[in-house]
Amino acid sequence: MKSLGNPFDGKTDLRHTKGCGCADCKSGASTTAREDMSSDAMMERVIESAIVRSTFGHRDISRRSFASMLGASTLAAAFASVLPIDKVKAAILDEIGTPEKTDLRVGFVPITCATPIIMAEPMGFYERYGLNVEVVKTSSWAIARDMSLSGEYDASHMLTPMPLAITLGAGSTAAPFLMPAVENINGQAIVLRNDHKDKNDDPSVWKGMTFGVPFEYSMHNFLLRYYVAEHGLDPDRDIQIRVVPPPEMVANLSAGNLDGYLSPDPFNQRAVWENAGFIHKLTKDIWEGHPCCAFACSAEFAQTMPNTYGNLLRAIVDATQYASASENRVEISEAIAPTNYLNQPVEVIQQVLTGRYADGLGSVQDVPDRIDFDPFPWHSMGVWILTQMKRWGYIEGDVDYRTVAEQVYLASDCAAVMRDLGLTPPEETYKSHVIMGKTFDPAEPEAYVDSFAIKRS
Amino acid sequence: MTLSLNIKAMLVSVAILIVWLGVWEIATPRATAVGEMTEYEMLMGGGAPKAGIPAPSEIIAKAVEELSNPFYDAGPNDKGIGIQIGYSLFRVLAGYFLAALIALPVGFLIGMSPLMHKALDPYIQVLRPISPLAWMPLALFLIRDSQASAIFVIFICSIWPMLINTAFGVAGVRKDWVNVARTHELGPLRTAFQVILPAAAPTIVTGMRISIGIAWLVIVAAEMLVGGTGIGYYVWNEWNNLDLTSVIFSILTIGVVGMLLDAAFGQLQRAVRYQE
Repeated sequence: MKSLGNPFDGKTDLRHTKGCGCADCKSGASTTAREDMSSDAMMERVIESAIVRSTFGHRDISRRSFASMLGASTLAAAFASVLPIDKVKAAILDEIGTPEKTDLRVGFVPITCATPIIMAEPMGFYERYGLNVEVVKTSSWAIARDMSLSGEYDASHMLTPMPLAITLGAGSTAAPFLMPAVENINGQAIVLRNDHKDKNDDPSVWKGMTFGVPFEYSMHNFLLRYYVAEHGLDPDRDIQIRVVPPPEMVANLSAGNLDGYLSPDPFNQRAVWENAGFIHKLTKDIWEGHPCCAFACSAEFAQTMPNTYGNLLRAIVDATQYASASENRVEISEAIAPTNYLNQPVEVIQQVLTGRYADGLGSVQDVPDRIDFDPFPWHSMGVWILTQMKRWGYIEGDVDYRTVAEQVYLASDCAAVMRDLGLTPPEETYKSHVIMGKTFDPAEPEAYVDSFAIKRS
Repeated sequence: MTLSLNIKAMLVSVAILIVWLGVWEIATPRATAVGEMTEYEMLMGGGAPKAGIPAPSEIIAKAVEELSNPFYDAGPNDKGIGIQIGYSLFRVLAGYFLAALIALPVGFLIGMSPLMHKALDPYIQVLRPISPLAWMPLALFLIRDSQASAIFVIFICSIWPMLINTAFGVAGVRKDWVNVARTHELGPLRTAFQVILPAAAPTIVTGMRISIGIAWLVIVAAEMLVGGTGIGYYVWNEWNNLDLTSVIFSILTIGVVGMLLDAAFGQLQRAVRYQE
């Protein structure tokens, strides 16, 4: 286990990178090295490592050169002289608590929205919090939902509307689910097939076209519906919306089965790369800062294993924060592109994460926040999602918007972890959002639903 | 004369293969080398291979690469083709033998007893035409374990051909033989094992051969759905990346493994055949 190597030693490499040749990466299962270390010793090492890393940032090379220059013991002494490491260790150990279970399985669907969940494995974020996490590739969100309901996954990558839908029992059996962190904001796009270039300027002429979305309970579905409805089209009558698994989007687009789609990346950029389509609009231009994918687990997991849950959440929030820094994006692209994770060309991932991309219409665009990573689960976002579920008839009757949002979106847990990591979480959990020029007031959800001309309820 | 016919047939087969691969190889468009590219062209993947049908030479190269290291294991989502096939075979055989354990005795019962035949027939007729994959969501929900669900799906699809063929074979055993056994005062168990089973064996093995074929068809689809491991997951994972070279390679691998499974049961069939 690399990140359990002595952080004061210049010869140890704490990183697992692409093509990493260490025994753990080769064997795949990273359980061997840890058996000879007690869990307390492991936690201490993890904390030492975190302190050293936070000093050197995530640049392991500079830590190594500095450490070899001074020697391990001198460096350790230097740290001890400015920082009471033993006391810090004791304090943190006391607060975090040893995880009840260290071997975890976390599911992900191979798209760039899952970046923090995925990169936390090769880049050692899980190990830093004493967890041995296996990230398991999942073919669809329905399967991710079923695996989470069955307990095969301890936690999973989900779409932000999913924990709400599962908790309400929409589309599945009702089970209380929690969403303590958002993965990404923005990061989606509407793609049209190349022969629709003439329809790029005016969506109101899209009548009769067929669009793909990855899942019913997804921001993709709700944003596409919102977008076409604002242009005067009824998403249920004037266009056809089909659920298509993301990997099949590009092939369906070039085969003419779909005229366009609102899907997760890299499949928007992949359509451009394969010369099948062009990017009509980034979803950030529909709603700047909209939530998309999430980190979710069952309420049962969080209650029966609070320490494990806490550490896992710390690892995820830490990774999410790391991913939001644009200078890390090239490195992350390389870490998540291999077969084990996204299984996509690095060049495509890089265009998505860095925001410097070809739009398929002949220009190079530069949009650094094309995708961004922000863990805070605003309750107002949950309320907005519920209003759209109500608007399009996915849920019926009276909805207690705020109670459901507050029960599922654990803003307080996320805020506590963010404060632990030295970040500043927002004070409020509700704010108004502006979507295509229309303001959403989370205090008046029912009035908001009623304000739309095109709706089902 | 038969030998020369075999050799002739083999020559024709090889000739067809060479012509087919040759035409395919020539007809496949190549990515042309380009000179200086603008940033836009580079971001559009200029010069990089596009998703498309690969030439046979690329598939052969892929096969050599995959088969030269079939058992590598680079983490939970990246394992060699040998390991993937191992997982699929394990699931198929586990589900298949569980099915045999139930189908053969029940088939015997139905074949021997016209009463049970009439009583169970409606259930068999309703359950048999259900696509095995239609059981998948229910299995995932009830069994709460993807591995066991995949095995269950194989179980449910393997059981019917074995059951029906066993019943048919047992019911079709010539009455004279059973009567001879009766005049020799054989007990019912001895009659079953020494007279009926050998007589019905060819039909039973035919049912088993049909079942293993169906099971191998179904496992690929089931693993595509559930993901994780297995040859079906491998196909899905490469499709995820629009890597058609790997997809075609895995299709051929699935074909070869299916052929070997079928050939094994063909041998078994030959072993239980008898002349009247």
